Amino acid sequence: MLSFIARRTAAGAALLFVISFLSYMLLSIPDMDVGRQLLGQGASQDLVDARNAALGLDRPVLAQYLDWLAHAVRGDFGTSWFSGEDVTRAIANRLPVTVSLMVGVTLVTAVLSFLLGVWAGVRRGAIDRFVQVFAVVGYALPGFLVTLVIVLVFAVHLRWFPAIGYVGLTESFGGWLSTVTLPIAALSVGSVAGVSQQVRGSVIDVMRQDYVRTLRARGLPPWRIVFRHVLRNASAPALAVLGMQFVGMLGGAVLVEQIFGLPGIGSMTVNYTTRGDIPVIMALVMFSVVGVIMINLVVDILIGWLNPKARIA
Amino acid sequence: MSEGAPIAPAVPAAPRTGTVRRLLRHPLGLASAAVLAAIVLAVLFAPALSPADPGVSSLRDAFGGPSAGHPLGFDSAGRDILTRLLYGGRNTLGGAVIALSVALALGVPGGLLAGYYGGWFDSAASWIVNLVMALPAMVVLLASRAILGPTVWVLMVVLGFLVTPAFFRLVRGIVASVRNELYVDAAKVSGLRDPRIVVRHVLIVVRAPIIIQVALVSGIAIGLQAGLEFLGIGSGDTPTWGAMLNEAFKNIQRAPSLMLWPGLALGLTSGALVLLAAALRDALEDRGTAPASRRRSRRAASATPAIPAGSAVSAVSPGTGGTPQVTNGTPADAGERAGLLSVRDLAVSYVLPGGGTREVVHGVDLDVRAGEIVGLVGESGSGKTQTAFSILGILPEGGRVSRGSVTVGGEEIVGMPERRHRALRGSVVAYVPQEPMSNLDPAFTVGSQLVEPMRHKLRISRAEAVRRALDLLSQVEIADPRRTFDSYPHEISGGMAQRVLIAGAMSCDPELLVADEPTTALDVMVQAEVLGLLRRLQRERGLGVLLVTHNLGVVADLCDRVAVMRQGRIVETGTAEQVLHAPRDPYTRKLLGAVLDDAPARRPWQPSNAEVV
Amino acid sequence: MPDSVSTDMSTDPPPETPAGALLTVEDLRVSFPGKGWRAPRAEVLRGVSLDVRPGETLGLVGESGSGKTTIGRAILGLVPVHSGTITFAGERVDRVTARRRRELSRDIQVVFQDPYTSLNPSLTVGDTLSEPLLGQGYGAREARARVARLLERVELPADAAHRLPREFSGGQRQRVAIARALAIDPRLIVCDEPVSALDLTTQKTVLDLLLEIQEQTGVSYLFVSHDLSVIRFMSHRVAVIRHGEIVEMGEAAEVTAGPRHPYTRALLLSAPVADVAGQRERREAFEREFRAREAGTGEAVI
Repeated sequence: MLSFIARRTAAGAALLFVISFLSYMLLSIPDMDVGRQLLGQGASQDLVDARNAALGLDRPVLAQYLDWLAHAVRGDFGTSWFSGEDVTRAIANRLPVTVSLMVGVTLVTAVLSFLLGVWAGVRRGAIDRFVQVFAVVGYALPGFLVTLVIVLVFAVHLRWFPAIGYVGLTESFGGWLSTVTLPIAALSVGSVAGVSQQVRGSVIDVMRQDYVRTLRARGLPPWRIVFRHVLRNASAPALAVLGMQFVGMLGGAVLVEQIFGLPGIGSMTVNYTTRGDIPVIMALVMFSVVGVIMINLVVDILIGWLNPKARIA
Repeated sequence: MSEGAPIAPAVPAAPRTGTVRRLLRHPLGLASAAVLAAIVLAVLFAPALSPADPGVSSLRDAFGGPSAGHPLGFDSAGRDILTRLLYGGRNTLGGAVIALSVALALGVPGGLLAGYYGGWFDSAASWIVNLVMALPAMVVLLASRAILGPTVWVLMVVLGFLVTPAFFRLVRGIVASVRNELYVDAAKVSGLRDPRIVVRHVLIVVRAPIIIQVALVSGIAIGLQAGLEFLGIGSGDTPTWGAMLNEAFKNIQRAPSLMLWPGLALGLTSGALVLLAAALRDALEDRGTAPASRRRSRRAASATPAIPAGSAVSAVSPGTGGTPQVTNGTPADAGERAGLLSVRDLAVSYVLPGGGTREVVHGVDLDVRAGEIVGLVGESGSGKTQTAFSILGILPEGGRVSRGSVTVGGEEIVGMPERRHRALRGSVVAYVPQEPMSNLDPAFTVGSQLVEPMRHKLRISRAEAVRRALDLLSQVEIADPRRTFDSYPHEISGGMAQRVLIAGAMSCDPELLVADEPTTALDVMVQAEVLGLLRRLQRERGLGVLLVTHNLGVVADLCDRVAVMRQGRIVETGTAEQVLHAPRDPYTRKLLGAVLDDAPARRPWQPSNAEVV
Repeated sequence: MPDSVSTDMSTDPPPETPAGALLTVEDLRVSFPGKGWRAPRAEVLRGVSLDVRPGETLGLVGESGSGKTTIGRAILGLVPVHSGTITFAGERVDRVTARRRRELSRDIQVVFQDPYTSLNPSLTVGDTLSEPLLGQGYGAREARARVARLLERVELPADAAHRLPREFSGGQRQRVAIARALAIDPRLIVCDEPVSALDLTTQKTVLDLLLEIQEQTGVSYLFVSHDLSVIRFMSHRVAVIRHGEIVEMGEAAEVTAGPRHPYTRALLLSAPVADVAGQRERREAFEREFRAREAGTGEAVI
């Protein structure tokens, strides 16, 4: 187990390294005169050059990258070119917003999709058809369109929740809840649709397995077979899908935070990346890739726990 | 399936209607295809259909409602909404087409090569794909805009790279499984070149899933692209659905209705694509092009009746099966019913997918007395397993006992409430299945699978159940019970697993054992040991056993009495001695005639054998 | 069947020497990469030697995992040979170019075990049967005519060519597979458990067909099966394989009536026969000879 985690962590670190290198090189291709952009057209060339030198942009790209890497491994992602903020601190300030969103969506997705999926897979009939239709609709509509509709209905029309703004969890729980409910709901529609469909499919698959018939022949009651045996065997593929949804969720968070005006990583992404602020972009890419790697590791550990056969690999 | 005459009758319905036609017969498929076609046409002919020029704006008309020549009204800058919708569709759909082309061009050949040849290319490509999949698409697209500028077309190429894994993984997975199919081996042995094998055997299988994936991925690509434009990073003034939504969102308090048309266009397009994919999947499902990952051995086939497929019916030759020969098969003791298990006039029916039912067992009579082993013999499709499942009350979905009576220990179980029937299972009547490995839950240890039913049925403590389980494992002649107890099913051999299943069947002290081909999946020597084990347990515990088998040798080895089954009917019953040595029914005789036990060994080879040529 | 099988009868060798053999396998070793990182390679065949003469059936019997199927696959070029030689009609074929391997398909053919997965479910029977013909450069018209003759040969109706495999029973599908193997008059057919997925009564008709074809065409069979009674019925000579090694080889009557190796004897005695008294004797003999020794060790014999 430990060696598995160690191996996966090493592979993740290698992946991170490759991605960081490629990203840095790609980002440095266009010759953006950052100093000129910062100081405006009126500034003298000397001032611009001095500014570029201060940012370390006069050196070869590889040297810049190695410098970045040396700092990054210590958790120092430098300062933003355009706002002068400390990137690590800026991300640390915004991370709780996005993380609370992600955790909320993951919990909602896990609970709702297992409930719906198992119900549909075991009972079939009307509930099954409902889950199927919901899955198609939830999957088909682009996430931000769903978000817009939700805003329109619950914030603009019914005025149940604020359309915009964020209250920290530490400030007021009620305020926090009222500001994150709609974003979480908006992000959950797509992932519940995807995961519940997978749960339903694997439940139906497992119910057809020979060992379920044998368990029935042993005289075990159906609920026990479903919750102990079927659920456990059906969970592994569903977890894999949940892990994949997470990657998509990062993209969804960008839009949802923008729409609801949440001060999270997502809205930061929009504001900084489009200007080519390399220190910020690099930090954001690294954070999201680390997030993806960690989620995949957790999913694999859980799958290994659920399915002893997968443990060898 | 018996092969009385080697020729199947002509197939009634032509089963190979075109996929397209079947898709159009699917109501959702037809509707979504029509919607998509309408959208694509409207967008293609945008210049002809538009009432205005996409760039023209007049502030006077800002937020103006529908008017003559402007059926959808005006946006916040006074531009005609219909015009912008049509031109926007061009950009939105065109972008999706670019992304898809890139993804298809890279993903499909890449997946084919990686899946078919494996090796270093597979490793390298899979690594890159995993790398791409770890990248959050939105962040990459935003960063790409910083590098490559705000041109949407270029961003769509990047998007194409990002969705390539969807095709690569799909194709690679299917091809890798098809590569191991026997028919691909047969094509190699037939002397076909690799490209030809790929075209004939591999592409045909991948084609349909790729088309479905295209529909799904275009939905995703359109959504992502619209999302990007919604964020306002498109190229300024170009009309797109995402940009229109952005503009509407900015005015959400003043004119929420601006969201309606671009939202509807986007929702309809994505929805139609997903529905089309679902309909395509339905239409292709019964085409047999799906990768045959399911193992279709005879063993598997007997577990679930192969009746629903209309075409499969034609494979059963009706030549000899027209008249049921039940005359001399009626058991002598038909009137007097055995105390342990007695089956009278049992019929089993299945609900067909298209409605209606089909009877697979037609009035079976069967008796098992305490301490007696009765063989139920027949070929695949004879209904022997269905009969066994009815006795246990574990018929698969759609199947039910449609007629007759089954008594176990004197109690009628047909029509008995499920709860009471369940109480009988395990403690009065127990089941030994045929495939040892697939009948153990892979997620639990052998021990916990033995302990669970005992704790539930016998209401004993955990420690007591563990003790009994270890005892049972040594009774089924497992050398190291503790180790087997702690093992997971995949860690033990097939023969060992069958012993575990026998131990499980014995665990709640049943009186009747229903064993469905308990040795078919085993090698002969293990089979001999398991047969010996069954004989010993039966003697020690005075069990009644119903042994379902196709192997007449097993019957001779173990059974006191035999019932021979054919096409859902019992054609002959008697003592094993009588049925095997003096069969009365012609089918039993035919069956025995096909046994090769007594056939003489082939004479030694003579060189002249070859000279006959 | 047209008499186009060219059997190598120019020299008439004494039957016991491999000199006149059509196929000779010597000290064949095959191994697969082990599971997991740096695991040792799993040896499937550990030095197998055998030969098949023109018009002869060599039966190869063994339990699951014995390597019997791998021998056939190695001869067909479907698994790589680690060491040893395979000689077909005087030519080394264990390491040949892809091009030569394709040409060899004219001479060496196969009938697989599972008639459900050995036919592509989306190709018509006609397409499947013309596959080897196209591989050998037949024209479409020629191929069609030949397919019709092949169907007749295996007693399937002519209109079978236009139907899909799923419209046929297991036995009929196996006839299709046999027809495919016969398509270009091979000199050797590897039959890999061709009847083990079939019902008893179907099994007999398929075996009879194979025998009849051999008598008419003089084709050689390497007949692989786990069932000794099938092997005895089909084979001139029998080789018994266990753990990738041949433990006994000889004339069918000798091996199946008076086996010399204890493993062959155990294999023989453990297969139940459909004769109540006879089976009791066999069972007692088996228990006397083997079960006492094997008791408690589970599957030590395997």
